[in-house]
Amino acid sequence: MQFKGRDILSIKDFSKQETMHILKVAKKMVPAAKGKKRNESLRGKVLATIFFEPSTRTRLSFESAMSRLGGRAIGMADPEVSSLKKGETLADTIKMAESYADVTVLRHHHMGAARLAAKFSAKPIINGGDGAGQHPTQTMLDLFTIWTEKGKIEGQKVALVGDLKYGRTAHSLSYALSLFGAKLYFVAPPTLQMPKEVVDDAKVGRVRPKLTSDLKDVIGKVDVLYVTRIQKERFPDPQEYQRVAGLYEVDLGLLEEAKKDMIVMHPLPRVNEIHPSVDGTHHAKYFEQAFNGVPVRMALLALILGAVE
Amino acid sequence: MRELRVTPIKNGTVIDHIPAGMALKVLKILGITDESSDSTVSVAMRVTSKKSTLKDIVKVEDRELLEKEVDKIALVAPSATINIIQNFNVKQKYKVELPEVAKGILKCGNPNCITNLKEPVETEFTVVSKNPVRLRCVYCERELENIVDAIT
Ligand SMILES: Nc1ncnc2c1ncn2[C@@H]1O[C@H](COP(=O)(O)OP(=O)(O)OP(=O)(O)O)[C@@H](O)[C@H]1O
Ligand SMILES: [Mg+2]
Ligand SMILES: [Zn+2]
Repeated sequence: MQFKGRDILSIKDFSKQETMHILKVAKKMVPAAKGKKRNESLRGKVLATIFFEPSTRTRLSFESAMSRLGGRAIGMADPEVSSLKKGETLADTIKMAESYADVTVLRHHHMGAARLAAKFSAKPIINGGDGAGQHPTQTMLDLFTIWTEKGKIEGQKVALVGDLKYGRTAHSLSYALSLFGAKLYFVAPPTLQMPKEVVDDAKVGRVRPKLTSDLKDVIGKVDVLYVTRIQKERFPDPQEYQRVAGLYEVDLGLLEEAKKDMIVMHPLPRVNEIHPSVDGTHHAKYFEQAFNGVPVRMALLALILGAVE
Repeated sequence: MRELRVTPIKNGTVIDHIPAGMALKVLKILGITDESSDSTVSVAMRVTSKKSTLKDIVKVEDRELLEKEVDKIALVAPSATINIIQNFNVKQKYKVELPEVAKGILKCGNPNCITNLKEPVETEFTVVSKNPVRLRCVYCERELENIVDAIT
């Protein structure tokens, strides 16, 4: 397995073994991620964060990951203003970043932007989300959360709930989970159900995903409930939105029917999908999940910069 | 019997065994439908071939095809053969073949794909399947829906 110098563009570029290796390295990073142990393995290294789209979690956790390894993160205040408006190509922006940093994380609204960036950079590019495309580090932290909470990924029954049509998080995750041999349930209103391409992709594993529009069908069965946001903009009628969103809200009543050790995940930020009263239950793992972004990104940075093997 | 429906050409290229009806797409690929084109071209459509199926033939005088043009022809006429004519004889003959990666010959149909911005890259599509032809954009990872219309 060779990670040094590698780009992190799409979850599909990684085999199951490679992804598992990343998760194992991430586990070792947890104490340093919590600030309980010092790790200086990336001292003197620089990460450039180029975000053409706002993001709190991804950007903060990358910056935190880099600092926790003794490195530094630099970023543009607002690339929208600084380069795009001046008509600079992404290719040029990336070549500039390459000359200032050892690794670049890019978020962009166009699909495939990170792969394009990688063509123009000899130094590694990490895809921090490319529009409706890929967000591989999110997928890896999701896998890490399931793995650490459940002990293994294979055989877990995982329900993905919410806007499965447009949600890139759900797309990449379903691919990765099926690769790992999890059993998938796609729970969404018919108009927001998984695109056929993604369902086909999810058959890379041995088990076919099951599709339903009713959360009640699966709540008693699953080990993991992965909730995503249903966006208002998808509905022409605000009342219809209210009605549909209500059907998928996770609250204490719903959790009564769940397995004792079922965990609830959410990529955050949430709106109304999960009632705040759920936060205090042992089911709620979304804040741990958000924290997990740090050790996973530490692992990736350390691996591609050659600080660990 | 030698099938010569049109007058022989001295030098140039004969594109033979084009699926019936696809000759016009081939002409478009070769830029022959452009006003600026000065190639002399003859076209025979729905000719009965030896295998007694119908085919189209395009003959272009004094011109050899570029690699990219041949790649494009392979997308609309996977059965075509290219015959290079020199001094009235078939000097060279080969079947068109889909490349593993179709580079710089198609526009991605996804408006949100980075290749549709003004970036200095050629589009790239991996051939997922050859029969029927299915292509996937290397950048946005979406499958190209309308291949013929996407040819640039
Ligand atoms: N000098 C020429 N001018 C115009 N067309 C020609 C000339 N020589 C050959 N052709 C055409 O080029 C094609 C290939 O010629 P060839 O003699 O190899 O025929 P063939 O044996 O039928 O080949 P194939 O097996 O590929 O069908 C035919 O369509 C033929 O009519
Ligand atoms: Mg013949
Ligand atoms: Zn594309």
